[in-house]
Amino acid sequence: MSSKQNKTLLSITDLCIDGFSNNRWHQIVKHVNLGLDHGDILGLIGESGAGKSTIGIAAMGYAKPGCRITQGSIKFDNLELTTATEEEKRILRGSRIAYVAQSAAASFNPAHKLIDQFSECVVQHGIGSRQQAYADAKDLYNRIKMPDPNRIGFRYPHQVSGGQLQRAMTAMALSCRPNLIIFDEPTTALDVTTQIEVLSTIRDIVQQFNTAAIYISHDLAIVAQMADKILVLRDGEPIEEAETRTMISNPKQKYTKSLWAVRSFQKSKTSLNPQTRPHIKVERVTAAYTKSTDDVLIDVNFEIMQGETVAIVGESGSGKSTMARVITGLLPPKNGMVFYEGAQLPDDYRNRTAQQLQKIQMIYQMPDTAINPRHKIRHIVGRQLSLHLDLEGDAKQRRLEDLMDMVDMTPTRYLDRYPEELSGGQKQRVCIARALAANPSFVICDEVTSALDKIIAEGILRLLDRLQQELKLAYMFITHDLATVKAIADRVVVMRQGCIVEQGSRSEVFDPPYHEYTELLLSSVPEMDPDWMDRVIANRLQKNRMQPAKI
Amino acid sequence: MISKSEPSIVTSKTKYFFTELMGAPLSAKIGILIVVIYIFVALFAPLLAPFGESELVGKKYQPWNNTFLLGTDNLGRDMLSRILFGARNTVGIAFLTTLVAFLIGGICGIFAAVVGRWIDQVLCRIVDILMAIPLLIFAMLLLSIFGTSIPSLILIIGILDATRVFRISRAVSLNIVVMDFIEAAKLQGESLFRITIREILPNIFSPLAAEFGLRFCYVFLTISALSFLGLGIQPPTADWGSMVRATADLITFGDYTPLIPAAAIAALTVGVNFIVDWFLHIHSRLQDEL
Repeated sequence: MSSKQNKTLLSITDLCIDGFSNNRWHQIVKHVNLGLDHGDILGLIGESGAGKSTIGIAAMGYAKPGCRITQGSIKFDNLELTTATEEEKRILRGSRIAYVAQSAAASFNPAHKLIDQFSECVVQHGIGSRQQAYADAKDLYNRIKMPDPNRIGFRYPHQVSGGQLQRAMTAMALSCRPNLIIFDEPTTALDVTTQIEVLSTIRDIVQQFNTAAIYISHDLAIVAQMADKILVLRDGEPIEEAETRTMISNPKQKYTKSLWAVRSFQKSKTSLNPQTRPHIKVERVTAAYTKSTDDVLIDVNFEIMQGETVAIVGESGSGKSTMARVITGLLPPKNGMVFYEGAQLPDDYRNRTAQQLQKIQMIYQMPDTAINPRHKIRHIVGRQLSLHLDLEGDAKQRRLEDLMDMVDMTPTRYLDRYPEELSGGQKQRVCIARALAANPSFVICDEVTSALDKIIAEGILRLLDRLQQELKLAYMFITHDLATVKAIADRVVVMRQGCIVEQGSRSEVFDPPYHEYTELLLSSVPEMDPDWMDRVIANRLQKNRMQPAKI
Repeated sequence: MISKSEPSIVTSKTKYFFTELMGAPLSAKIGILIVVIYIFVALFAPLLAPFGESELVGKKYQPWNNTFLLGTDNLGRDMLSRILFGARNTVGIAFLTTLVAFLIGGICGIFAAVVGRWIDQVLCRIVDILMAIPLLIFAMLLLSIFGTSIPSLILIIGILDATRVFRISRAVSLNIVVMDFIEAAKLQGESLFRITIREILPNIFSPLAAEFGLRFCYVFLTISALSFLGLGIQPPTADWGSMVRATADLITFGDYTPLIPAAAIAALTVGVNFIVDWFLHIHSRLQDEL
């Protein structure tokens, strides 16, 4: 902290970057200015496609293949990076500027031990010997509170958890004590409970070494914890820049306000008729992927009434998606049964009747892989109509148009398009239309909003809610995002390691007193308050529970 | 409504095809030109050839002259006419054989990928066994057992080559099978056949089409090699491989007539490969490094 110097470490002025697509150049970053001193943390915020990552890597003087820096200057410690030679930049990278990528799992080399990847940069840049690097790695692993810091470095990337890997990557970025680290969505792929640990590690380490950082994220609540100031981007254009606290309490621009207001959606009240018979009933289900492996689901029981939304919540690996596979029949359970309207469903989907298949539909997390890229929307949605409802010709066309209208897409414009001509949100709407085409009574939504930007996700949630009102659908909503659950669920099932920890109505689960694990989940959801993380960590230290990932 | 929109799609596809074609690199255009010439010759051989396919029209081993532009072979048949007819036989048989290989190998490959479990295992092991024996030797062995008729030639080479097609179509299908839309299709109650044809095939079509071009070259060379060895297409049918063999003696006298059918084989192989390279380039969706 004492070494704070007064000259600007990184200054970007009037930066423009072009990207090449559809056979021509488009401007994807437009006249961006930013400056960073030693120890400063800048948050870059925006939806996908806003140019955050492009600016992030441009700060290292790099442009991805298919991109070119057309205008402006990037000065790092008085070196002009736009005109510097490859060799000058190579010396900087790793030693003075480091980069932490979104997916640590994809960025580590699976064939080398963590500690060897840590020391590679140190040895390469001639900063120290391998032995010194090893010692330093152990010290850093200790400081970032990795379990067993003296030995964990000798593991391979697949032998540690996702959160640990992301922390190891942060340590690796620090190996040469850089002046600037660029964090590109470092926690997006992690569970909320793990995320908070990684965040606090990053913040501690950046403070300890007085490192400047650019923190890129689409999640405002997270950036609010990390950054001193925030720059909001939209379509490559800077919209607003301010100190974090000012930005949170008093955003000036309309677009920024809309980002802030995103989590305002609240499900309309469902009036449930008192019913005796559950629509879907899962009874004492135990399931495993192969006979020899451990059970992924253990003695799971729950019910879903007609027209209600049940949210299944839990960390990754808790068995949420496996539950969906058991209900749809893709994974026959070892024990237990699934009932539809009181009648037992055959375990295997191949033994189910067309009518049984028709009534249970599924919407997937990744709309890109959930629809066949080689078929037109007309075929994707229409196939259900001819298969299950025997609709052909004019009747089919009318129904197709109805369905497209239902999901707010103009039929004449979209029916004859291929999926690649649609945006992510539109593809998800097509998936919804396909599910609805079969006239289902029960729809499984598997993380349907987690691959989408917040504003678009909000639109999908509103759509699902409206459809539920109109068509009296029952939803099973699988998600790890508690904000979504609070917005949409009637009842909540909390899962951990294949067991149901708690279930009940939304208010029973989310109002105090909490179940211990539910409380942990809830307290890990970032809030739009710059002091949130300090408060939570202080609380947890008080309760002497600093290792929430391993309860 | 559907039928009305159909023609516009067709024209737009044709238009797309021609725009791609005009923008093709020179090598691809040369390749297309070669293939078009070969197809033309194969189709119109009887009209183009001055003499019949196996007609004895002159003396043995006549040099090039005005009547016999490329001379005559060991029995006194016109070389030019036989080369033109050879395009029809060699290329036609190679094309049919490749088609057989793709029908068998492609369908089994996708099937193995979709069904998985023991069916996949059994099919893979059978293919391993077939692939363990060198193709040419195995083909010679089978041909001497079943006799060297054209149908048995097509079937034997087709089945042996299907093993290679099986491997590639299974591998590319495995990437598609794990996609959510296949799961969605299963849950819609689609049949296995429909999943194979409608859901998977369109997605693996480009790598398979490129493989078809390459495979065609290999089949073509295998058949020519077999013919050269006397086990392929039998006389008097004109065939480039056996023509090289029949006139091979001439090379010792400094006459390069036997090289002409060999060059015909080489030119077609190069031409097809040019097209395949271009096709792969379009469909790899790789941006050119800028």
